[in-house]
This record gives sequence, structure tokens and C-alpha cells, in this order.
Amino acid sequence: MTEVAHADGHGHDHHDHPSWLAHHFDDAEQQYDSGKLGMWLFLVTEVLFFSGMFCAYVLYRNRNPEVFEFCSSFLNEKLGAINTGVLLFSSLTMAWAVRASQLKQTKILVGMLGATLGCAAMFLGVKSVEYSHKWGIGLLPGRYYVAQVENAPHSDTNYLQMLCVAPAILSAIFLLYYVYSIVIASKFHQRVAGPLLVAGLCFFAGVGLGNILESGDSHESHSVADHGHTEDHGHDHADHSTEGSPTAEKAAESKGAAEEAVSFVKASSGPVHDVFVSKEEEGIPNAKVNNQGMAGLFFSIYYCMTGVHAVHILGGMVVITWLIVKASREEFHSEYFGPVDNVGLYWHLVDFIWIYLFPLLYLIT
Amino acid sequence: MADTHSHAANAHSGDHEHGHSGFSHPMPIWMLLTVFFALLGLTFLTVFQAQFDLGNMEIVLSLTIATIKAGLVIAFFMHLLWDKPLNAIAILSSLIFVSLFLGFTLMDAQGYNERLIMDPNGDLLERSQPKGSLVKKSE
Repeated sequence: MTEVAHADGHGHDHHDHPSWLAHHFDDAEQQYDSGKLGMWLFLVTEVLFFSGMFCAYVLYRNRNPEVFEFCSSFLNEKLGAINTGVLLFSSLTMAWAVRASQLKQTKILVGMLGATLGCAAMFLGVKSVEYSHKWGIGLLPGRYYVAQVENAPHSDTNYLQMLCVAPAILSAIFLLYYVYSIVIASKFHQRVAGPLLVAGLCFFAGVGLGNILESGDSHESHSVADHGHTEDHGHDHADHSTEGSPTAEKAAESKGAAEEAVSFVKASSGPVHDVFVSKEEEGIPNAKVNNQGMAGLFFSIYYCMTGVHAVHILGGMVVITWLIVKASREEFHSEYFGPVDNVGLYWHLVDFIWIYLFPLLYLIT
Repeated sequence: MADTHSHAANAHSGDHEHGHSGFSHPMPIWMLLTVFFALLGLTFLTVFQAQFDLGNMEIVLSLTIATIKAGLVIAFFMHLLWDKPLNAIAILSSLIFVSLFLGFTLMDAQGYNERLIMDPNGDLLERSQPKGSLVKKSE
């Protein structure tokens, strides 16, 4: 390659390399390959990092599949599916942005990065609706979990409003910035401010979309949970349920056999390592799983996995913003597009993780 | 080193239709869109199959679909098909190690699962072998 010979001939102490080529690299391709290898190694650590949480998931689901069946009925499948689509679309626009940066199509590049940023914001908007809805009805991790019963009093705190404060402030700042960029008629600032403002609005579009789907589905999720309750009894001792439950009920009527019946129900309707349910909890539907130890642990895992994933989305948004600034300065071309490519790799990994999270958390029947 | 570099680069640039000089390899738009719609279709498929109660096959099926989707993302969006083999080795080996990690932890957990019984008085443990006879006895 000519550049190799060129660089070799001149050595490195003359500052004759272009501004985008770091001093210690022979040529653009070496710089690109080194950066990319570093990025892949980072992604390897990311995969291993997430695998720790998947390990917790696998162990717990393997041991208590009934908890997952019960709890996933509280996760809104539609919102999860919408978010999957949004993330897949953002992956498309990110891959397209890489192409645009290689072909030096600045307008398309900024547009695609803006679309990716907007999708990320929309994802977080939908996620905020999901989270705040769950916090409101007490679907909290660990010992903060509130056993789910029908017509339970809901928390008065409007968590969604709290989650919207920071995006609202940021959107206002972006709006001011956009107006400022128009006033000073700076093409660079307009290119940066436009996508940022759109992303801020996309968050609220996501909140609106999530609200529509969540309110349409909240009744369903409750009835599903209740349905799971009746099913739980039928399905666990499927072979002998017809004789089993009535026997237990009849036995409970006569005082002497009451204790035996209780122990029979406990022993037969589930795996041996079931949680023992105290007397006052027995009225709660699905008492075996609908408690802090079982469902609470599921929600610990749920919040941990989706929360860490959401933090990765936030991190991705910061670096995409950085890319938008660089792209608006028209810094990228066919010899220097490593930053776009590497951020793209990171973004696709975030999508990759979600591709597994979605069926594993939301689609359990 | 420089020789192999230039050789690889030449072979590379011959590959794609854009006749673009250098090492960049812009993905054709039709390919990006095809992959995207394939991913969307697979998402619909996985949501659709989740409506049926397939028992143990359900997790296998949904993970198979997820893996196909993940494979599409890695191969095309992340450009691994055209990438240096070293990068592919790095990421694929990490996936192998993840499967080892999960597999061995699961095997280990299975090994002592029976002893992890929440049974403070030990009465269930005594009667828990075999499980079937316990049910019959109480009837």
C-alpha cells in the first residue's frame, strides 16, 4: 500500500501526518484496525460482564420456574416488543451511519446518528413507563416487593413524573440551544442541536406510546396474574388434581384432618423446596411465589439486568452525541471513520443483549 | 508485515462493488434493510410463538430465534463477516467461555439442588423420596 511506504519513508518526528492520524500509527488502516481490536476486546469484557447476570437468571429460573411464570405476567409484552423494534431500528440507523461516514455523506451521517439517538431516547421513555408502573404497584426488588393482590391500593407517588424531570430539563436546554443556533445562523450548531432536540422529544414520544400501551394492558396483566393463580393449582398436580383438591377441601372441613390436609397441599402442589407459607399469608393468591423471597428475587434480577442495560443505553447516547459533534465538523471520511464504527459496535452489542433479554424476561408463558 | 497488509487490503477492495479505495467497506443499503426486516420478522415470530404453551420446547425455540437474531446482528450490522479473523476469534471465544460458565454453574447447582430444601424441621426431607409415593400415601 502506498501509505505504508510513504510513512516508512518519512519517519514519525516530522509532523507531516494528517490531524486525524495519531502520531504513533504507521497509517490509517493500522490506526483503524488497532482501535477496532480494542473495541472488540472491550465488547468481550461486556459479554462476560453481562454473563454474570445471565448466570443468576439461569440458576434461579432452573430452580424456580414457577416464579418466572408468575412474575413475567406482570411484564408488559407489548412494551417489550415495541422496545425491541425501536432498538433494532436504531441498530439499522447506526449501521447506516457507519456507511455514511465511510462515504463522507455528512448530512446522512448526522441524520442517522440523530435517529439512533432518538430511538435510544424513545427506548428509555418506554422503559420509564414500565418502571414507574411497576414501582407504583409495588413490583419492587427483594424485600421491597409488595405481594400482589387484586384491587390493592396503589402508591400515590407519581414515579413517571419524577423520571421525566431530567429529560424535560435537558429538552428545554436543547430547545434553547436550537433557537440560539438559528439566531447565530451557525450551520455546525444547528446540526448538533437539531438531533439533540429531536432526541429529547423522542423520550416523551416514548413515554406517550408506553402510556397508551400500558393503560390498555394493565387490566389484562392483573387478570393474567389471577389466571396464573387458578392455573397454578391445576397445573402443579395435573395428574391428580381432580381428586386432589376436593379431597383436601373435604378433609379441611373435618377438624381432625385439617392439619394433615394443609401439609398435603403444601407437599403435593409443587417442588419439594417450596417456600413455607405462613398462616396469615395463605389468603394471598399464589402465596408460594407471590412474596419477597420468590417474586422479589425475580424483580431483583429483572431490575438488575434491564437497569444495567439501560445504563449502557445512556452511555451509548453520550458517545453518539460526541459523534454528532464530530460529524457536524465533517471530520469523518473513508480513511477515518473508526469512532463511528466502534461506537456502532458498542451500540449493536447493547442491541445484542436486549435480543436475549426480551424473550427471557417478557415472553415466558 | 506491510506486505501481508497490502495484500489483504487489495483482496478486500476487489470484493465490493463500490470500487472504493482504502480499507473501508461500506455496507450496501439493500443488505442493511434486508437484515433489519429479517430481524423484525424474527421478533414477530418470537412474540407469536410465545402465545402457545409449548412446554419445555418454548425456551429452546425462543433462544434459537434469539440466537439467529444475534447472529444476524453480529455478522452484518457489526460487520464481522468482513472483519479481521482475530476480532471474530475474540468475540466467539468469549461466547464459548460464557457457555462454559453457565453450563458448569448449572451442572454444579444441579449437583446439590436436592439438599437445598427450605425445610426447617426436616420432615419434608424424610418423606421426599420418592416424591410420587408421598402423594399417594396422603390420599
